Amino acid sequence: MKVIEIKNLVKIYNGSEIEVKAVNGIDLNFEEGEFAAIVGPSGSGKTTFLNMLGGLDRPTSGEVNIGGINIWGLSSRKLIDFRMNNIGFVFQAYNLIPVLTAGENIELIMHLQGRPKKEREERTKELLDAVGLIDRLKSRPNKLSGGQQQRVAVARALASKPKFILADEPTANLDSKSTTGLLDIMAEMNRKYNTTFIFATHDKRVMDKAKRIVTIDDGKVVEDKWQ
Amino acid sequence: MIFSISWRNIWRNKVRSLVVISAIALGIFAGVFSAAFFKGMADQRINKVINTELSYIQVHDQGFRQTSDFTLFIPDANELTDRIRQIPHVTGVSSRMVVQSMIASAETASGVLITGVDPVNEMKVTNLNTKIIDGAYFENISKNPVVIGRKLAEKLNVKVRSKIVITIQDLQNNITSGAFRVAGIYSTENNMYDESHIFVRFSDLSTLSGFPENGSHEIAVNIDDSENLPAVEQQIKESAPEYEVMNWKELSPEMNYLTEAMDLYMYIFIIIILLALLFGIINTMLMVVMERTKELGMLMAIGMNKVRIFFMIVLESVMLSLVGGVAGIIIGAITSKIGETHPIDLSLWAEGYRQLGYDAFVYTSLQPELLVNITLLVMFTGVIAALYPAYKALKNDPADALRTE
Repeated sequence: MKVIEIKNLVKIYNGSEIEVKAVNGIDLNFEEGEFAAIVGPSGSGKTTFLNMLGGLDRPTSGEVNIGGINIWGLSSRKLIDFRMNNIGFVFQAYNLIPVLTAGENIELIMHLQGRPKKEREERTKELLDAVGLIDRLKSRPNKLSGGQQQRVAVARALASKPKFILADEPTANLDSKSTTGLLDIMAEMNRKYNTTFIFATHDKRVMDKAKRIVTIDDGKVVEDKWQ
Repeated sequence: MIFSISWRNIWRNKVRSLVVISAIALGIFAGVFSAAFFKGMADQRINKVINTELSYIQVHDQGFRQTSDFTLFIPDANELTDRIRQIPHVTGVSSRMVVQSMIASAETASGVLITGVDPVNEMKVTNLNTKIIDGAYFENISKNPVVIGRKLAEKLNVKVRSKIVITIQDLQNNITSGAFRVAGIYSTENNMYDESHIFVRFSDLSTLSGFPENGSHEIAVNIDDSENLPAVEQQIKESAPEYEVMNWKELSPEMNYLTEAMDLYMYIFIIIILLALLFGIINTMLMVVMERTKELGMLMAIGMNKVRIFFMIVLESVMLSLVGGVAGIIIGAITSKIGETHPIDLSLWAEGYRQLGYDAFVYTSLQPELLVNITLLVMFTGVIAALYPAYKALKNDPADALRTE
């Protein structure tokens, strides 16, 4: 089942003297349950592409259809709600809220969704258990290692039961052991919940784990292969 | 949860927050204490005017107050005072004769207002008898005793038992004089009053002037509680419709204006303090927003809408302001409460205060409604202080915000 349909996506940055085409006419589809990596050299347009896919960066032209809805046709208010209910984000720098505990960081998005407290608490525990951090429920981010923080971030991304998760360089700040652990957990989540994972990365270990590799260069898809 | 985030965010940078909170607490403490101080000062002045100079209500013949015409008096004063005494909450009624006169000692003379009183009745209306600093209140002098103010005694260079001559115009417009002897010297801490008001027995003055025993220029009424003033005033008006019945606010409108003006000044003072604090809070909240650009971008990315982000920033600003505000209010309230029983000593400037009619020892007077209003004003300041920082935060694009380091 098609989760994301991208049609002729273009993003042009207008500098003071020069026009930069960060994304130059990408057409792509992603199916439910995919575990895909967008790869390419620095400046190839991976992050810009991912931001447009996640409703964070408005494209110059083209469409991003998620579940049949062109997200860039939505009002900004509806787009925020759409992101909250359909897209999970994992960032390179974890971006957990430092004043909230691991559990509260996961619970926050469900609170924004207006889910009942009991349901929130149960799902928070379930997700923390799934990422192997149930004993750190009440720990604040500064008491967690980088790998642990990123696992909490993955649990947070899954909390809203999104259609897919976008992870921008999720292993860039992690050591080898933490990276392996995190990838195993994400692969497990992908299997368990059938959630689509799309990574922007140039980490070989992520590429090895991905089932599909989309290579972008100069804002264009130069290769799209399954492995 | 948004409340929890806002509250915890305040304590992310403890030193910075404590500096702002201390500034707010200090400002609000100054506001509360100053308000209690000036309110206490005004209340003392008003109480003095009521208890020493005016009484709560006065009854005059029509036109007497405007002209001071000696012939405009209430002819059936004894009957009227008896009726007024029957009114509930009335605690004292004094019938007075009031006349402008000259008073002369061996050395000099001065124009004064003589009030002829029944000493026993007058004690139930004013507290002049408690203000005697030398001699006694109409005692120890059997014939024509007079009670004069400290300032006038100094001016005439007289003391207790000194002889003075009072010259007045009688009912037949003849100039007549009488010799009086100083029985007591009073001090109300109001130099102007002490220099211009003397008191003699009603009977002595009526003998000198030919004024009828049953007549009265002024009937002064005291009541048990200021809250009963409108009801008592209304009953006196019904009892004496042909006469002019006025309460202390009408008799001394400047005192009424003083109360209203003091209230206004207090709020202006507090608003000026809050305006100064406003810029400090705006500065802090701007730093907060700038520091958390990436975090706010993340919150927007995961689905926190602009209303919630705005609410979160406003809440943080209001909580920050309230912590300082409430601390300032508590400290201000405690010190003001202490000041209600332990007066602030301004005796170093006593002479200046006496010239203006104020006491040199000021008891503070704390108004509970003022504390509620200050709390609301502090909250309002918190909201205003958050508007610009919140606007800056909402202008951020989530993708750009996430790119910041």
